[in-house]
Amino acid sequence: MLRNSPPGSADVAALERKATLLRRHMLTMARGQGQGYIGQGLGIADTLAALYFHELRYDPHNLAWPDRDRFLLSTGHYSIALWAALAEAGIIPVEELVTYGADNSRLEMSTLDTTPGVEVIGGSLGHGLGQGIGQALGLRLDCSDARVFVELSDGEMQEGSTWEAAMSASHFELDGLVALIDCNGIQADGPVVLNMEPVADKWRAFGWETAEIDGNDMKAIVDALAGARQRNGKPKAIVLRTLPGKGVPRIETSEKSHFFRIDVAQWDGIIAEFDKRMGTHQ
Amino acid sequence: MSSGVQAGRTLAMGQDEAVGGGRQSVEAPFGRALARLGQSRNDIVGLTADLGKYTDILPFRDAFPDRFFNVGMAEQNLVAVAAGLARAGKVPFATTYGVFATRRAYDFVAIALAHSNLNVKIVAGLPGLTTGYGGTHQAIEDLALMRMIPGLTVIDPCDATEIEAATAAIAEHQGPVYMRLLRGSVPVVLEPGYTFEIGKARRLREGSDVGIISTGFMTERALDAAEALQKQGISTGVLHVPAIKPFDAGAVAEFASGVRRIVTAENHVMVGGLASLVVESLFEAGIAKKVTRIGLPDRYIECGAVPTLQAKYGLTTEAVIATISGLESA
Repeated sequence: MLRNSPPGSADVAALERKATLLRRHMLTMARGQGQGYIGQGLGIADTLAALYFHELRYDPHNLAWPDRDRFLLSTGHYSIALWAALAEAGIIPVEELVTYGADNSRLEMSTLDTTPGVEVIGGSLGHGLGQGIGQALGLRLDCSDARVFVELSDGEMQEGSTWEAAMSASHFELDGLVALIDCNGIQADGPVVLNMEPVADKWRAFGWETAEIDGNDMKAIVDALAGARQRNGKPKAIVLRTLPGKGVPRIETSEKSHFFRIDVAQWDGIIAEFDKRMGTHQ
Repeated sequence: MSSGVQAGRTLAMGQDEAVGGGRQSVEAPFGRALARLGQSRNDIVGLTADLGKYTDILPFRDAFPDRFFNVGMAEQNLVAVAAGLARAGKVPFATTYGVFATRRAYDFVAIALAHSNLNVKIVAGLPGLTTGYGGTHQAIEDLALMRMIPGLTVIDPCDATEIEAATAAIAEHQGPVYMRLLRGSVPVVLEPGYTFEIGKARRLREGSDVGIISTGFMTERALDAAEALQKQGISTGVLHVPAIKPFDAGAVAEFASGVRRIVTAENHVMVGGLASLVVESLFEAGIAKKVTRIGLPDRYIECGAVPTLQAKYGLTTEAVIATISGLESA
């Protein structure tokens, strides 16, 4: 059963509800171990909802389908968001989400490609975009119209390999390649340690057709993704300005940490508040 | 004999540097073999990082321009793009120099390729002392580095025949491979009928006094040295070990059992490569024999003409003969 094919008009309200569900799943996951990369996950939730429930063409029951669109999560530590999306998409069981980060779980805190639905090992930053280019070249050789979406982050732009890849994508005219650059303003040592601005101008200078949007505005996301469908000889970049912890005020307003750890009672409080406000419960 | 082996001058980039004397040679055996394979295998694609001309892959590019990608001077991206192509069902052959494939792209080889067992073949020019450009270009430690990566096959072929056979064999093999390249005019050393099999060592010459265990172009020197040593009354066998990984420890132990003295010979530093593997496997097999190592010292090598450097660092046939006859007369 193909998802999102052909792409229909976006039901923004329905996608926003999906994003809320993904956030709720992530809270359940983080509570399990008391910790996780929840700030990043909550920030990218809207983008993943738009991808998996609107833009990406895939078959959850045939993950190896050659003509599927690929989604490569280059920031492997955002796995918490990917697991939520894959569960909601029917690729992994929702009940498995509570195992996030536990011993012997397939739902690692940083992705390995042994988990169904994972297209790339993303833990070593700077790997995703180049591999997305290779996939796009391979698809073009096979005359497939499938597209490749690569998520990467503002901190990851500090890896030189990101720019090696950026150069080659425009050289090879990979117009079926879409880079989704999550600019959430944080990295391992705290707020972005090296000024990467102006981000959009950098991608434009490397030959990418670039849009810059509020990455937590569903309408803006689906519009930007629709704009990126054009096959005009240029790779597409969408710069997503996101808020770490988006949708959970206590995490939004906390210290902007790379890794978030609180005790179970505090998680329970956050989850109760979320359910009350969003009308969700699990 | 190629003009590229004249002593006393540093060769220009791209001049052939691997050729020994007195043997027939084949031009660009790797690129020609790959172009031949490309005719029946449309899943094979070629990549390089601005060293296509210098890694002999141009015959493939000329035959299949649509299946060839030059990513520019960007070795991390070379490996990443090859990984993506492999995930899309292709069999990429990616060329650069050994120094760059290892030192610059190591994390990509380890994680993007080997961790996922992707079907990418890295073909690496200028192994060891095949260039006079000094430490920046001489891959003197690549075998050791690549051997440490789980699941990566590591090949150091000895001549044109083996390069052609190994190119076909690694194309058939499912999984990542690092193969050292001898480029340009490459001598034919192995006898007709030689068969290459990944992970198998081959006994090329029998002997009872000294057993030389060699890899890469040192096998040519070992065979020539063995012939000369025979005339001195020293019976010398040669075991050629083209696969550093998987390593044929059984063949090494069996060969070592039949000789008095063991000498290893490699175009590589003496630590971490063939010599280390031989010693490890003999120790594990409980074979207590003295092993003498011929290889490069634990230091960077200066610039200079290749023959000068090979002589200075003991990699020539004459140096192998001198080392072994010295040992035997001691």
